[in-house]
Amino acid sequence: MSGVRLLVGTRKGAFVMNSDGKRAKWDISGPHFAGWEMYHIKGSPADPNRIYASQTSGWFGQQVQRSNDGGVTWEPVSNKFLYDGPTGTHQWYDGTPHPWEFKRVWHLEPSHTDPDTVFAGVEDAAMFRSTDGGASWQELPGLRNHSTGNRWQPGAGGMGLHTIVIDPSNAGRMYIAISAAGAFRTEDCGATWKPINRGLRSEYIPDQTAEVGHCVHRIALHRSKPDTVFMQKHWDVMRTDDAGENWREVSGNLPTDFGFVIDVHAHEPETIYVVPIKSDREHYPIDGKLQVWRSRTGGNEWEPLTNGLPQANCYVDVLRDAMCVDSLDDCGIYFGTTGGQVFCSPDGGNRWNTVVDHLPPVLSVEVQTLK
Amino acid sequence: MIRVELPAQLRILAKIKGEVEVEVAGPATIGAVLDAIEARYPVLEGAIRDHGTLRRRPFVRYFLCGQDWSHEPADTPLPEAVAEGREPFLVIGAIAGG
Repeated sequence: MSGVRLLVGTRKGAFVMNSDGKRAKWDISGPHFAGWEMYHIKGSPADPNRIYASQTSGWFGQQVQRSNDGGVTWEPVSNKFLYDGPTGTHQWYDGTPHPWEFKRVWHLEPSHTDPDTVFAGVEDAAMFRSTDGGASWQELPGLRNHSTGNRWQPGAGGMGLHTIVIDPSNAGRMYIAISAAGAFRTEDCGATWKPINRGLRSEYIPDQTAEVGHCVHRIALHRSKPDTVFMQKHWDVMRTDDAGENWREVSGNLPTDFGFVIDVHAHEPETIYVVPIKSDREHYPIDGKLQVWRSRTGGNEWEPLTNGLPQANCYVDVLRDAMCVDSLDDCGIYFGTTGGQVFCSPDGGNRWNTVVDHLPPVLSVEVQTLK
Repeated sequence: MIRVELPAQLRILAKIKGEVEVEVAGPATIGAVLDAIEARYPVLEGAIRDHGTLRRRPFVRYFLCGQDWSHEPADTPLPEAVAEGREPFLVIGAIAGG
């Protein structure tokens, strides 16, 4: 029987949540790695029992954990993330040169085809790859050494490489996003990178259409249309249909186009979801009403989805890695909040159920569809 | 034999119960003790000291005989009481965060 497994990272541990295809009742285990910040947990598409987790602490640094049994047991693997060669400098908040310093792993993206290959997006921004199940990590230095690297500057949350999207039809092509450098694409599995920020406009930087410097919060695509990519920028919801060469705004009738998450329906490549957040000063929904907004037209025309979501006194945020979709016939949509809630819609967003409440602040939510 | 007490988070990570006893080859120094700990528990590499630089992580402290030794160079000889195992080498997660 089909089912799903949710992998939820929080500020104080990880939780694994299993359900059948109805997604009505949940078996929840955790906290795993209690007390540690779990930035991201993701399973291998090639082997759902293989899961990677980023475990981090301001005191004790970075760990990477691996499970070979679907999150029942875990083992630490290598945490040795050493930049390849001279680190050089990027810009600090005050504009002065600042050396690259490894701080944590924001995002782990397993290969679609090989359970032992996984990419890590780290702060300060760089990409690492392991081809031995996390036993060792090698930087892909072409990104950090990009000619624009010395102009990258951290966002408020640090200079993290927070999003990695592998083209399902072409493993050599990946899209990534860095706060606050922008979006980049590789066509050669990470050896070389191109900034893909044309069409973005950011009023908070001196040159509003600069090649780099945009605070991209999240990007997502549908596996059937890998040249079409959707973006939630700091402000603005954007789309490209030429693999990032040109972006255009599709915020349309959204009540605010600030937010963090964006995702695409598993079976409808023009159906996308965002969670509008009031502003970058007020990281909570407008009027305390938590709403997912859905567009069935690839942007511009949006509708609020509220059935089952709190519509009063809800002042939470939904962070960039905290939304995902499953691939069951009735596509499930999931998201977690900084208030410790995890919500599930088993029908593409029409109604929402609370999976769990009162967790520590949720940093990431990923789902595995189990056949 | 040198007795080392690690903070709870690192004991859980390394599956350690209670104190750790280590012997060091050569002079008993801060660095030698940490080398011995990391050799026995590789998962602790990077958790007390940074990879590569081997600098103490900012919110980790070393307390020996009631004194803060965190800022001592790694090759500083340990107090006799610690080197002989009468007093523990304490690795502390600093109180931080308010």
